[in-house]
Amino acid sequence: MKKILAGVALAGAVALAMTGCASDGGSGGGGGGDDLITVGFAQTGSESGWRSANTESLKTALSEENGFKLVFNAADNKQEAQIAAVRSFINQGVDAIVIAPITVDGWDDVLTEAKDAGIPVILEDRTVSASDDLYASWVGLDFEKEGETAGTWVKDNFDGQAQNLVVLEGTTGSSAALDRATGFDKAIEGTDINVLDSQTGDFTRDGGKKVMEGFLQKYGNQINILFAHNDDMGLGALDAITAAGLVPGQDIKIVTIDAVHDGMQALADGKFNYIVECNPLLGEKVADLVKKVVAGDSVEKREIVPDQSFDQDQAKEALPTRPY
Amino acid sequence: MKKILRHRMFWPVIALLALIVLNTIARPSFISITVQNGQLYGALIDILRNSAPLMLVSLGMMIVIATRGIDLSVGAIMAVSGAVALTIIADSPSPDDLGTVLVAILVGVLVSLLLGIWNGFLVAVVGVQPIIATLVLMLAGRGVALLITGGFITTINSAPYKFMAQGYVIGLPFAFFVSIAAIVIVALIERRTALGVLTEAVGINPEASRLAGVRARGIIWGAYAASGVLAGFAGILYTSNIMAADANAAGLYIELYAILAVVLGGTSLAGGKFTVAGTVVGVFTIETLRSTILFLGVPSAVAPLFLAIVVVIVVLVQSQRLRGAVAKLAQALRPKKPEVAR
Repeated sequence: MKKILAGVALAGAVALAMTGCASDGGSGGGGGGDDLITVGFAQTGSESGWRSANTESLKTALSEENGFKLVFNAADNKQEAQIAAVRSFINQGVDAIVIAPITVDGWDDVLTEAKDAGIPVILEDRTVSASDDLYASWVGLDFEKEGETAGTWVKDNFDGQAQNLVVLEGTTGSSAALDRATGFDKAIEGTDINVLDSQTGDFTRDGGKKVMEGFLQKYGNQINILFAHNDDMGLGALDAITAAGLVPGQDIKIVTIDAVHDGMQALADGKFNYIVECNPLLGEKVADLVKKVVAGDSVEKREIVPDQSFDQDQAKEALPTRPY
Repeated sequence: MKKILRHRMFWPVIALLALIVLNTIARPSFISITVQNGQLYGALIDILRNSAPLMLVSLGMMIVIATRGIDLSVGAIMAVSGAVALTIIADSPSPDDLGTVLVAILVGVLVSLLLGIWNGFLVAVVGVQPIIATLVLMLAGRGVALLITGGFITTINSAPYKFMAQGYVIGLPFAFFVSIAAIVIVALIERRTALGVLTEAVGINPEASRLAGVRARGIIWGAYAASGVLAGFAGILYTSNIMAADANAAGLYIELYAILAVVLGGTSLAGGKFTVAGTVVGVFTIETLRSTILFLGVPSAVAPLFLAIVVVIVVLVQSQRLRGAVAKLAQALRPKKPEVAR
């Protein structure tokens, strides 16, 4: 019964929103229903636990109770599908567009189209190489800083011990992979840590596992440290390390970025050694910015959400109260 | 000697051996196999284990291609079967129970069978072009898988399920035995009964075989159903390997690799004659090629280009026409004193 009532209420709200659209600019009259801000959100896909938490956060923040009507699209990590989704948002005449760009390049045309149509664009999570006057604002995390934090931990713990390190990179060409690599390399520069190899595992468990198996076959037990650009690849690598007869967290020290639930669990269990958080709960900040740009207020071009980092003991403490 | 050279399996096998030699030269540890905790361990063993999902999918693809069809939906079917199986295990109170796991696998594969039957229905009964008919599921299937997992990556802890892809029997990976079983079953059904010949007949000339009394519709329908079931098992192996249902990444692009494996093995995309042994070699070639990228340390940015170049070379080496042209060219360039030389 409750469900039916909710359905009726929802239908009513949608109907109100539609009349609101049709009579565009007319005095709405009714409750809050016709003041909904229509937002198109082009998500990358759902390639990792981090992404799922990020999607949930945005869906919650851009809900109808908060005064939004969300048009959601997940692009399965295909850039052309994502650009097509943004085009369709422009054609639908949404009030604002939120994009989590899959890759850095190739956004100039479609962002110009949005600008010409007078629709403000807010970038979330990853960045683009396009000129910054084509979008209103970017909300995200400092990937370079995350890489640097991970690198500093490696430097502080292993400099001077001639340790060998391998890297599982994220998707080739994504800003997360590029910036994390840059930050990490900067931090370990000048140390005697030897980077044996670096290959992409596409941010997936399967990719991380297969590449780690290859590394282990190639270098045997020379590998001392693994740096994975996200938790999922690190989790995939765990099985490969165990299968090679080594103990993850001891024989091979593992440092990753993200701090999703499964990753934190592995850290608490002593299989990972250090995680730099990449906070996926960007929804509120995005919702706040959307409201401001639609109202015509000026906003900052870059909004950085601060990150934490965890070692094994901190993970045990933090795990029970983590929201994701 | 000539007989060996002319055998249609000769060049595919040479391509595979060349890759193994290349890897071994780059790093001799490639070929070494050691015993670890009573299990064989080495790069070649990894190839045997990791090739299992592609092996199953390629065998199904081969049967479909033999009927002059193509099945683009295999990757999506993998995602669905994995999502179904893992959701059942995740929701059950006893994920470590063998019964639960068997039910989950059975349901996952049954759903895949239904999807295969749907493909077959569109192609054999409705008469939709195979590429379009299976494209429908290729695009929609992944969405269904995402719907089942709720957009999240479902992870489970279940020892019997883990055994599927990560367990060992008499030192060898269990997944490899699954591959062998699939190869033997397909080879027996297609080669020890008339079914293989009938499949080839349908692929070579559907009209003539219909007039000759071959029930083409049933054979084509069955091919897609078989492809669905094999893809379903591949999905189980994939999820068992990482113990997570990743609806986006499971079996992504595997349809293309499967087509490649079938073609590398010497089966023509035009339908008709097919070779089980060739497909098996093709699958191992592709899987070895993937390790080659790691072993040679090809930077990730250029890895796809490297893969493409090697595939082109392998295909060219197998091309009879090209080999003929090279032989002629060599003959033309040879100094003209053959009588004296002999």
